[in-house]
Amino acid sequence: MKADQTLDCMGLYCPMPIVKTAEKIKKLKTGEVLEVVADDKGIKLDMPAWAKATGHEFLGMEEKGGEIKVYVKKTHD
Amino acid sequence: MADTEKMSIVLFSGDLDKALAAFMLATTGASMGMEVKIFFTFWGLNVIKKNEGSIKSKGLMRKMLNIMNRGGSKRLKLSQFHMFGLGTWMIKRLMKEINMPSVEEFIKMSHEMGVKLIPCSTTCGLMGVDQEAFRPEAEPLAGAAYFLAEASQSKVTLFI
Repeated sequence: MKADQTLDCMGLYCPMPIVKTAEKIKKLKTGEVLEVVADDKGIKLDMPAWAKATGHEFLGMEEKGGEIKVYVKKTHD
Repeated sequence: MADTEKMSIVLFSGDLDKALAAFMLATTGASMGMEVKIFFTFWGLNVIKKNEGSIKSKGLMRKMLNIMNRGGSKRLKLSQFHMFGLGTWMIKRLMKEINMPSVEEFIKMSHEMGVKLIPCSTTCGLMGVDQEAFRPEAEPLAGAAYFLAEASQSKVTLFI
């Protein structure tokens, strides 16, 4: 999946990937896609929940080896 | 998003692990756009006491209490397996290993994210500490009515 920006959260555990995502998404323009790369399995459920709560769009995820990539589209400021 | 959702946490405990749990939820809540308040009461007050300097309190018994119950984010102990400091030291090392923020870092981070850190005025009176005992991130002291007014509007309320 194509992304406008990438956030490296490898080696970080909950809540840091979510905290950093919330911080990072502020710097994107509406409509842009953020890719978050993490290895904490919690992110598989946390990111869709975060997107639902904040109103941003969860686009999906890819898992390869221990690396999980999740994609979120910024839908509002 | 329509109304901002609220989360109100009471941190009663001054244990390292319980403080971590409270701050993990508080920072996550703030990341999800929630308005988060943590009320510190009884031993929980220790978490937001200053790490440096002496704590001034009135009367012999309160002075003794504050010597034994010094507080400060860097002095917190595990609720279990403290083992005269060995267990707490080990957990702090393991936390570093997985890049988990310390309580000190969590306090600064949550403050920057807009989480309100509120000391309970009654337990401050009981233990003989005042606003100046707390770090600059702490809000003015408040009482139970303020907490309940906030909690009654919060979808998430926790007592830790």
